Amino acid sequence: MDAIWNFLWAIISFYNFLLIRIVIVLVLMFLTAAYLVYFERKISAWAQNRLGPNRVGWYGLLQSFADVFKLLFKEDIVPDNANKKIHALAPIIALFVAFSTYAVIPVGPGITIAGYEIPMVIADINIGILYVLALTSVGVYAITFAGWSSGSKYSLLGGIRSSAQMISYEISMGFSIGGVILLSESLRPMAIVESQSGLMWNAFIQPIGFITFLVSAFAETNRLPFDLPEAEPELVGGYHTEYSSMKFAAFFLAEYANMLIASTLIVTLYLGGWQIPYIETLGLPSGLVVALQVAGFFIKVGVLLFFFIWVRWSIPRFRYDQLMNLGWKVMFPLSLFNIIWVAVLIMIFKL
Amino acid sequence: MSGNNIPPKKRIKDLTLMEKIYIPEIVKGLSLTLRTMFKPKFTMEYPEVKYIPEGSYRGRPVLVEENNGEERCVACGLCSRVCPALAIEVQAAETDREKERYPEKFEINMLRCIFCGFCEEVCPEEAIVMSKDYELAFSNREDAIYGKDKLLVPVNQLQDRIDFLRSYK
Repeated sequence: MDAIWNFLWAIISFYNFLLIRIVIVLVLMFLTAAYLVYFERKISAWAQNRLGPNRVGWYGLLQSFADVFKLLFKEDIVPDNANKKIHALAPIIALFVAFSTYAVIPVGPGITIAGYEIPMVIADINIGILYVLALTSVGVYAITFAGWSSGSKYSLLGGIRSSAQMISYEISMGFSIGGVILLSESLRPMAIVESQSGLMWNAFIQPIGFITFLVSAFAETNRLPFDLPEAEPELVGGYHTEYSSMKFAAFFLAEYANMLIASTLIVTLYLGGWQIPYIETLGLPSGLVVALQVAGFFIKVGVLLFFFIWVRWSIPRFRYDQLMNLGWKVMFPLSLFNIIWVAVLIMIFKL
Repeated sequence: MSGNNIPPKKRIKDLTLMEKIYIPEIVKGLSLTLRTMFKPKFTMEYPEVKYIPEGSYRGRPVLVEENNGEERCVACGLCSRVCPALAIEVQAAETDREKERYPEKFEINMLRCIFCGFCEEVCPEEAIVMSKDYELAFSNREDAIYGKDKLLVPVNQLQDRIDFLRSYK
């Protein structure tokens, strides 16, 4: 009996309770993605003078679960023209990318409980930002595969648009991150957060980089001013026209999970991560400080998520040429200028 | 291609510099939606809160029932004649009462009715009027044919519509 207990404890405590941290993050992500759908519907309703879902459960709070169960019971339709294997693979890639990116985002500083030092991030790897960029690029494949393998012209157009859009905006995204890395001198997300102590948030030091990154994040997550891959009026539903049941739900979930990742990434890179300015000067007990910092992180992410939804219900969709013009003629030069700006700041102020 | 010397159209540059920067305009749009979020909502939560229409509302057509429990209708058949959807069927019979004729059978097929209100307009006796009743659901086709039992409505319940008709007819 002792041997079994020891074995289980060894698994659970492996690498500072890695399994438990993974489970917590996964559950949190699924719940947030589900409730983002609810809040998306609520906020859209409020912006249009409506009430939104309020029938399922208290204030409609169980609406997302009703949606999920509805999708579970639907028939899974695969078109005759589809390439069946890739058609099934695409939603898996979408979900995989959405959930694995979160591994490197730090939620708070590490804490020590009963001799175990527990970092508040799944994997504190020293190329974290590179990992995020690589995975979001893989995310393009999900949409392009989905569009191509469906064997439908609308899906194909959506897929093509998505690949063109995501590649163009990834460039300005990467260059905006360049400015952040110049300041933090590290690709480790934890180090980037720590470099933004006090009010040295990157959003204040390099506002242009912040704006270009924000806009690129909208384009990367296919959210509304840039949701051309799934433009309903022109492309029926874009890349997920031919999907139904749980495969469609996977895309739906991945879209909201991507939104969450974009928000956490923006908070980590530009809004000081889990840091609350000058909290250490208040002389609070360290446990409370950590709790406040974790709460601060989630509040910042929540505000950004609200911003994502708010923008979606305010701004109309770009035309395709406007999108490309903005990406290459405005965002790209601005992000380049931002790097020079940061370099000059480092030269002058020795930041 | 000779003679084709139409000058190229000049585009009116109506965007000012502030509008071209784009961000101030986005902020304006965002502030509008944010303000809208806190405004009172138009939604009526239907089964609990019911919409009570004005007299001008054209709900299902009904027959006016006088205070003594008789219908006003004299079974002239004009409503049936004018009905564009052929929804009304009237069969007249004679009676000893002062009006001499009454509808022995009066049926409106609510699957056919298009709520145009022609029957009401053409009626010389103000005997058929549009009510405020909009909750019309049937589980089979037979239920959708309304006979006199369902059509007769006391006159005091229809006063709004009758007042409306008298003031605008």
